[in-house]
Amino acid sequence: MEMLNIRKEFPGIVANDDISINLKKGEIHALLGENGAGKSTLMSILFGLYKPDKGQIKVNGQEVSIHNPNQANDLGIGMVHQHFKLVHNFTITENIILGLEPKHGLFLNLKDASKRIKELSDKYKLNVDPDALVENVSVGMQQRAEILKMLYRNAEVLIFDEPTAVLTPQEILELIKIMRNLTEEGKSILLITHKLKEIKAVADRCTVIRRGKMIGTVEVADKSTADMAEMMVGRVVSFNVDKKEQEAGDVVLDVKDLSVIGHQGVPTLKNFSFTVRSGEILGIAGVDGNGQTELVEAITGLTKIESGSILLDNKDISDFSIRKRINAGIAHIPEDRHKHGLVLDYSLEENMVLEIYNRNPYSTSGFLNKSEIRSHADKIIEDFDVRSGEGPVTIARSMSGGNQQKAIVGREVDHDPNLLIAVQPTRGLDVGSIEYIHKRLVEQRDNGKAVLLVSLELDEILDLSDRIVIIAGGEKVGVVKASETNENEVGLMMAGVGKGDTP
Amino acid sequence: MKIKINKQIYIGLISVLLGLIAGAILMAFTGNNPFLGYSYLFRGGLMNIERIGNTLATATPLIFTGLSVAFAFKTGLFNIGASGQMLVGGLFATAVALTFNIPRVVLLPTMIIAAMLGGGLWAFIPGLLKARFNVHEVVSTIMMNWIAYWTIYYSVPAFFKGEFLETESRSISSAASLKAEWLTDLFNGSFINYGLFLAVVAVVIIAVILNKTVLGYELKAAGYNRFGAEYAGMKVNRNIILSMVIAGALSGLGGATYYVGYASNIQIGVLPTMGFDGIAAALLGGLNPYGVMAASIFFGIFHSGKGFMNAMTSIPPEIGDTIIATIIYFAATSILIERAINVVRKKVKGEN
Repeated sequence: MEMLNIRKEFPGIVANDDISINLKKGEIHALLGENGAGKSTLMSILFGLYKPDKGQIKVNGQEVSIHNPNQANDLGIGMVHQHFKLVHNFTITENIILGLEPKHGLFLNLKDASKRIKELSDKYKLNVDPDALVENVSVGMQQRAEILKMLYRNAEVLIFDEPTAVLTPQEILELIKIMRNLTEEGKSILLITHKLKEIKAVADRCTVIRRGKMIGTVEVADKSTADMAEMMVGRVVSFNVDKKEQEAGDVVLDVKDLSVIGHQGVPTLKNFSFTVRSGEILGIAGVDGNGQTELVEAITGLTKIESGSILLDNKDISDFSIRKRINAGIAHIPEDRHKHGLVLDYSLEENMVLEIYNRNPYSTSGFLNKSEIRSHADKIIEDFDVRSGEGPVTIARSMSGGNQQKAIVGREVDHDPNLLIAVQPTRGLDVGSIEYIHKRLVEQRDNGKAVLLVSLELDEILDLSDRIVIIAGGEKVGVVKASETNENEVGLMMAGVGKGDTP
Repeated sequence: MKIKINKQIYIGLISVLLGLIAGAILMAFTGNNPFLGYSYLFRGGLMNIERIGNTLATATPLIFTGLSVAFAFKTGLFNIGASGQMLVGGLFATAVALTFNIPRVVLLPTMIIAAMLGGGLWAFIPGLLKARFNVHEVVSTIMMNWIAYWTIYYSVPAFFKGEFLETESRSISSAASLKAEWLTDLFNGSFINYGLFLAVVAVVIIAVILNKTVLGYELKAAGYNRFGAEYAGMKVNRNIILSMVIAGALSGLGGATYYVGYASNIQIGVLPTMGFDGIAAALLGGLNPYGVMAASIFFGIFHSGKGFMNAMTSIPPEIGDTIIATIIYFAATSILIERAINVVRKKVKGEN
């Protein structure tokens, strides 16, 4: 499959400028680029969601024109989305055949489908149980079901969009094996990611795009991760977080026996206890959906707690309103920036005072002080390199995800909190911004503030944290010192295997 | 911001134009001359000072209900209950007017406050139900309309029965009317009254609240993104109730301008249509307070001109309503007009 000289313009920007990418049979080709570099646009063109202004797409040497995703499927191009598109109370077989149900007269012929899925699963060593309900299987198996869905549709080219975001380190290794199996059987894979380590581990070649322009295609074996990062960002990037040794100070946050009942009425957090001290970064490591969200919501006041207590600077804040907690010195970089972090229809400057609009100088006697709000936004834009079309008056909705996130991080750090809770602070960000945000988090710590870092990226947790609390199934599995542990140990604990237990 | 406002104005004007064209086609189909029809329609609304006064008096309650709907909508709430809030506001004002015999300078403000309280109370209930039990305000405000309807049906004959008719209240004294002699004289005996000034003041106040105050910032934040507002520590539930109460107070005021301004008594068995027309005014006005005022006055021209059109030609007055309805359709599908504007802009750009 080839995409040649693709150009796509949107009002104001050139999203793809003369980008060519060719995917050979049986190779794993990575597409690397910062957020907003044009990766999604390119894929949308491939699936016929956008029409390119210039350029052509060839499959097996023949020029094709793709007007909708079904045509792409017919041409053997399939996508494994970052967020799975599965019906939870259907079995895996039912999910896979959705849209092309095999019929037997008026009836659904599930048996043959299930058999074929089993064969495919065995052939590519996917280890999927076709008759299991999706809601009962692990995230890893859900992803493999997504892969099977593409294989069932005879896809020759599989596109993986950020496939490792939801997996544990062990599951990632498994996925890499699966990708290798697929290519050995002659499938081709296009891997969209910003994780250089994975590219290094699995890809044959890598095409780098930056701000809509193609920087080049390289043999992965010839380049170091640092080289690729430089190509992507356009400057030298340091990976190591500079962090000097530092003794942690007093306890800032003390969570005792915290239990939370989730939305479905089942406990999602069970007797959870930990402390965060000033001058330290405490990382919470765990696979997505193991109680991290509830933990953070309980501390910030978005969720009611069932039992236990939350002490901030030795004061019990478990009955405090959200505003009182903010005023007491908690800042929160939320997990979902669209749901919680921003009012998308507000301008950037309005969003920058979301928690402090009622304080002097941003308002006086009930009236907003627009010039102060403007200069506050200007400062954050400047300090955190927030890029947007129209500066402070840009509507937040029209900004790229990375810049939205930078704005939120800027806003929260600017509150100068005693406790900064950062949930997935670098999700969807480019290497340059990640580096920058990491620096700012460490800076908070160095200034004697307490930082609670919740992340699904194990690397991020290991690089930044001083201590790590591992959470699985809403329970604390253990606490380790970041300097005395490794990916493997934490990974096993994330899977629920306690420290010292024999796996 | 400037570009955005301009776009809203374009959309409004294009909707009006399209609506007028549709109306012209209708008139032509019924065998009438559309140019003649429109000339009588607009002359009926604007031909002399008296008719201008009547147009403005007709528009006044509409400005309030339009503001009410627009304000609620900006804060994420759909207020379909403007009619009921108007009725209760009107009832409270009438009750004060018929009960207290106090000097005009005290009586009028008391009546106005009573009207705001009545409308506010009527909207407080749906607000509370929404905040507490997540009852959708569309359902509860519609139900409140009918509760208001029957409350008037019972209480007017029971307490304020008219001298000759069971179906309406006694007329208020001229001292209790929002009409003023100098205004009536100035406009050659039209229905115009102090309500118009109240409406202008309300438009300015609402515009200021929405755009310049902490309160407006909070209310809009809750409307745009409830979860974001909660995250930021705002009291979202309190704000929902407050938004509804403000919206209700506006409609209540509209009721006062209608029942103790335009008219001088309150009838039973009528749910005022201005409550629903307010939705149209809010839409055509692009939810902007000043836009709502312009839209309301435009509708006022239609309402007061259609009778004249009917008298002078054989065009039925319902054509006027049809045109308004068509304009609303175009305003409601403004996204299509917006797209068309964008396409045209792109083409113009491309050709240059």
